[in-house]
Amino acid sequence: MIEFRAVTKRFEDGTIAVDELDLTVEAGTITVFVGPSGCGKTTSLRMVNRMIDPTSGTILVDGKDVLTVDPPTLRRGIGYVIQQAGLFPHRTVLDNIATVPLLSGWDKRKARTRAAELLEIVGLDPNFGKRYPAQLSGGQQQRVGVARALAADPPVLLMDEPFSAVDPVVREDLQNELLRLQAELDKTIVFVTHDIDEALKLGERVAVFQKGGHLAQYAKPQELLSAPANDFVASFVGRDRGYRTLTFLHAEVPVHPVATAKLGERITVTDWTLVVDEQNRPKGWLSGVDGEVEVNERDLVSGGSLYDGSSLRGALDAALSSPSALGVVVDDAGAVSGVVRADDVIQALAKARAAGEVPR
Amino acid sequence: MTWIFDNWERFWEVTAVHLRLSAVPVLIGFVLAIPLGWWASRSQTARTVLFPFANILFTIPSIALIVITPVVIGVKILDEINVIVPLTVYTVALMIRSIADALSAVPGNVIAAANAMGYRPFKRFLTVDFPLALPVTIAGLRVATVSNISMVSVGALVGLGGYGQLFTEGYQTDNSPKVFAGLVGTVVLAVLADGLLLLVGRLLTPWARVGR
Amino acid sequence: MGGWLFDPAHWSGTTGIPVRLLEHLGYTLLTLLIAAVIAIPLGAFVGHTGKGGFVIVGLSNALRALPTTAVLILVVLWAGLGDFPVYVALVLLAIPPIMAGTYAGVRAVDPSAVDAARGVGMRESGVLLQVEIPNALPLIYGGFRGAALQVVATATIAAYTGAGGLGRFVFDGLALQDFGQMLAGAVLVALLAVLVDLGFAGLQRLTVSPGLRPVGTGGKN
Ligand SMILES: Nc1ncnc2c1ncn2[C@@H]1O[C@H](COP(=O)(O)OP(=O)(O)OP(=O)(O)O)[C@@H](O)[C@H]1O
Ligand SMILES: [Mg+2]
Repeated sequence: MIEFRAVTKRFEDGTIAVDELDLTVEAGTITVFVGPSGCGKTTSLRMVNRMIDPTSGTILVDGKDVLTVDPPTLRRGIGYVIQQAGLFPHRTVLDNIATVPLLSGWDKRKARTRAAELLEIVGLDPNFGKRYPAQLSGGQQQRVGVARALAADPPVLLMDEPFSAVDPVVREDLQNELLRLQAELDKTIVFVTHDIDEALKLGERVAVFQKGGHLAQYAKPQELLSAPANDFVASFVGRDRGYRTLTFLHAEVPVHPVATAKLGERITVTDWTLVVDEQNRPKGWLSGVDGEVEVNERDLVSGGSLYDGSSLRGALDAALSSPSALGVVVDDAGAVSGVVRADDVIQALAKARAAGEVPR
Repeated sequence: MTWIFDNWERFWEVTAVHLRLSAVPVLIGFVLAIPLGWWASRSQTARTVLFPFANILFTIPSIALIVITPVVIGVKILDEINVIVPLTVYTVALMIRSIADALSAVPGNVIAAANAMGYRPFKRFLTVDFPLALPVTIAGLRVATVSNISMVSVGALVGLGGYGQLFTEGYQTDNSPKVFAGLVGTVVLAVLADGLLLLVGRLLTPWARVGR
Repeated sequence: MGGWLFDPAHWSGTTGIPVRLLEHLGYTLLTLLIAAVIAIPLGAFVGHTGKGGFVIVGLSNALRALPTTAVLILVVLWAGLGDFPVYVALVLLAIPPIMAGTYAGVRAVDPSAVDAARGVGMRESGVLLQVEIPNALPLIYGGFRGAALQVVATATIAAYTGAGGLGRFVFDGLALQDFGQMLAGAVLVALLAVLVDLGFAGLQRLTVSPGLRPVGTGGKN
């Protein structure tokens, strides 16, 4: 658990980066600090491991005032991941990951074994261990950065915009990976981002910071969307707020049957037909043509996100992004179980609204 | 320091010679290095020929180059040309690299934009590439100038003029104030020349100081 | 020239080529060692703290302007003949490039790596010794090898005040109007410079992490 008690940071030039911050990060959760550039997120984060010392106030990590601990010792017990990964260019990936264990006095072999384990945990090929950071992509470097932070198994992890420098696809991968890791490791994570989508996706609790280092709201993601504390939070959460809210709604949507066909089959299509592979996984759509045709890879119209029953947002997006306006529903194995329609999602939403689950 | 005031005329005379012997090579060397540097910035072949050659030139001791020059070009050992030629060679060797680096560092998009606006190559070089390369070029020129000013003294070891004469005469007559005077003269000259080039660079590249 | 250089008589005795070569190499290596011991810690410390950088830059520029001949002669006049004045003059010559290279190298280390080094709990000494200096090595070597070339070439001047080294051939040749001997001296100095540089290039390869070589050039630098 991390507690900020009336923490203020004023830099020598008079900038007040953090103003009277009171906030408690629960143990074993991901807490996200989000806000526009320059609002004091990084400063708040870096005061936890004493990369910056507060001007006034107290920060407690597991009940202990951080100012009473010598900084290097404190930092070895707190994982730290930054935007540019900050890997040591002159050390191999394995040695980078083994840094903290070695600093803490583990013997070399044990540290190396542990580093190899972590490489696997963060989803990297063991062969990468011998490479140097310059030989990795940005996303891979970030994974190594996370592995290095986890190496000595610290209970607390500080992450400052760790995924902002990678492309959206890799970013989503890394986010999912972090959620998967967290489900296993149960760390106390403070995660800084200025991307509200990332905050809503990762955070169990989200702290929205406002210019001048004020905490504007500290709440669960749903609450931020449904009850923003002020205009600033409302505007920061964005104009897609209604749409984003769907992320947190899990109402039932009726699943309709759909005509499917396999490649090479001869069929008569009159309307959109979903083409599937041998395992019944979707391959693409065949649009309405007259008469009998052979199903041919060339004629497929691909596209459309898949709905796996996660949230209303997924259902609506599947329907909206499908060329046939029918959202493909898949089961855990990825096999087609039917389709959803946008109007069904809207109706489900109306029901949820009537039941008082949706913001007005 | 009193030596300087007691021997003002002599000091002034060697200063003038020293200045001439260091300035002339810098000027000639700089002018010669521009086309070579430009060539090296454009062609890999030029780089693989010029750079190692320039490096080897640096390994030849200046005193050796000064004594070899008269034999090679067939003049008397006591001719000023024997200092001017070697120092010109060093300047060219140093400046090729600076100019090549400077020109290579001109942003590609700027050059593309200039081409798109219809600059002819030579005009573009004079009005776009070269001015943008000036800061790095001038940095190289400052190094060349300072090291030239310090190297001219070596010529005195074979009897040529400049502050170096104060060194050798001071050595032979056990007169350390005289040596010291020459040392101070060299350093002051170097600092002044360096400052002057810095100033010229600033005046020529006003854009380099704004918007940082 | 070839005649003088390959005359067996010049290859033996206490004034022969091998002895002069070793003397020259000795001046060079000891000078570089002393200069490195002074310049690397200074450059590294100032680079690490980020304070007083202008002092380093100013100091190396001022030292660069110092005429080695004058320093040599002055120290000889004050302290007498011998190797001591040679070392004073050459060390002063070698310090600026090494110090400037070290300073620039440490300043140029990726700030996020330095931040991460502190963040994972290294002490300041660890940050400097385990992260900044290893990463600054390519530039430190750059300055060091530049200094080595200058020292090899300039050590020739030591012979002017009667010290040893390959400069003897240049100055003796000059006195005797023996062009062959002068040229042989010059060629030997240049050759030694190339060999010394090759030696340090090899050392650089062995001691600089492969992770710092430019990517995609097959490790060539
Ligand atoms: N060392 C410093 N000295 C003076 N002011 C600083 C210093 N570090 C940060 N600041 C100022 O403190 C404020 C908060 O900075 P901080 O880095 O915490 O912002 P941030 O929320 O992390 O922003 P970003 O999203 O851009 O990373 C800014 O106004 C910044 O300019
Ligand atoms: Mg920040």
